[in-house]
Amino acid sequence: MAQVSSVAEGKTSKSITLRIARFNPEHDHEKKFMEFNLQYERWTTVLEAILDVKKHFDHSVAVRYSCRQATCGSCGMIINGKPRLACFTKISELDSDVVTVEPMNNFPIIRDLAVRFERLFDTHHKVKPYLIRDDSEITSNEKEFLQSPEELENYIQFANCIKCGLCNSACPTMATDSSFIGPQALAQAYRYVADSRDKGKDSRLKIIDDSHGIWRCHFAGSCSQVCPKGVDPAMGIQFLRGYLLGFRS
Amino acid sequence: MEPRDENKEGIGGMVNPRRYGVERVAYLLMRLSGLGLLAYFIGHIYETSSILKGEVGWAEFLELTQTNEGHAVLAIVIGMCVFHTVNGIRVMLGHGGVGVGKPARPDYPYIPASQNSRHKMGIYSAIVLAAIAMLYGLAVMYGE
Repeated sequence: MAQVSSVAEGKTSKSITLRIARFNPEHDHEKKFMEFNLQYERWTTVLEAILDVKKHFDHSVAVRYSCRQATCGSCGMIINGKPRLACFTKISELDSDVVTVEPMNNFPIIRDLAVRFERLFDTHHKVKPYLIRDDSEITSNEKEFLQSPEELENYIQFANCIKCGLCNSACPTMATDSSFIGPQALAQAYRYVADSRDKGKDSRLKIIDDSHGIWRCHFAGSCSQVCPKGVDPAMGIQFLRGYLLGFRS
Repeated sequence: MEPRDENKEGIGGMVNPRRYGVERVAYLLMRLSGLGLLAYFIGHIYETSSILKGEVGWAEFLELTQTNEGHAVLAIVIGMCVFHTVNGIRVMLGHGGVGVGKPARPDYPYIPASQNSRHKMGIYSAIVLAAIAMLYGLAVMYGE
């Protein structure tokens, strides 16, 4: 099915074929692709193209989005074979006349491009993503937990995670192991273990020291390559494993 | 209740080396060479058990490795062994946090520090050393 629309009209615009995966698990057995011919400018994002299709041709295309600036982590999807944020991916940078969008791998599909995040949030909560201490900033004499800039640098990179799920979608272990905790949760475990204010290292290491925990990571590094915020989960996971192997304390 | 389709990529996605650079190629080769060496180990035990049939039985079985096909299999085993060893050392060092970079505030375009040139060099070295070892092995087997 091919239909024509225009995200942009002007002398500088080019055209592409946008292929959108359609799938409703309630009555479909396999994905089908709808094709749309679109005009775009060099700054047009994949999300804008999808929204243009929704506006002009088929409002039933299911896609999750919110901030449109790579902050909310809602619009993760497979774009031309790789997990990316639709709002952070310009059509021009894909260098292709055909742009294919599919739902993220390793996440159950709700419909079309929208996937379920329950499992990602469950594993995220499992590693206790908060400071663990006996006292609190409210009761402490110092009023706040002090931290040097150097101590901040140890984890600030990992605090950039927006829970978009791209890392879990790219991970080769997630592709086959339904019980693997995943790079997102492991990177967040490191974020808090490396925080000088936190006292919950032992309890977190106990959670991830599991047959479907950190030992299933084989350092393929795909998680880090697709992260849209530069979190580098592979680095955090190896540092975390260093604690368990006794290389770090 | 019917189990929910998790939309897993499956084995096909796991072994696809084309999307994520040389690190994912190394990941695939590590798996293949590991399985190959396991198969060779089982075959090797079977082969050495032929000594129970006496010298004639042992010599007969050993002749299998003196054919072109036998030489090719042994050359592949040598390659797998070298790649698995060298890349294994790289991965083990990485697992201990060695050579994976240092945490820092990320700047666009967010090139991951853990996928640095040292690890890429380690992967390329493992491939090149495996190729050299295979060639050397073939030269020895063909007596040149």
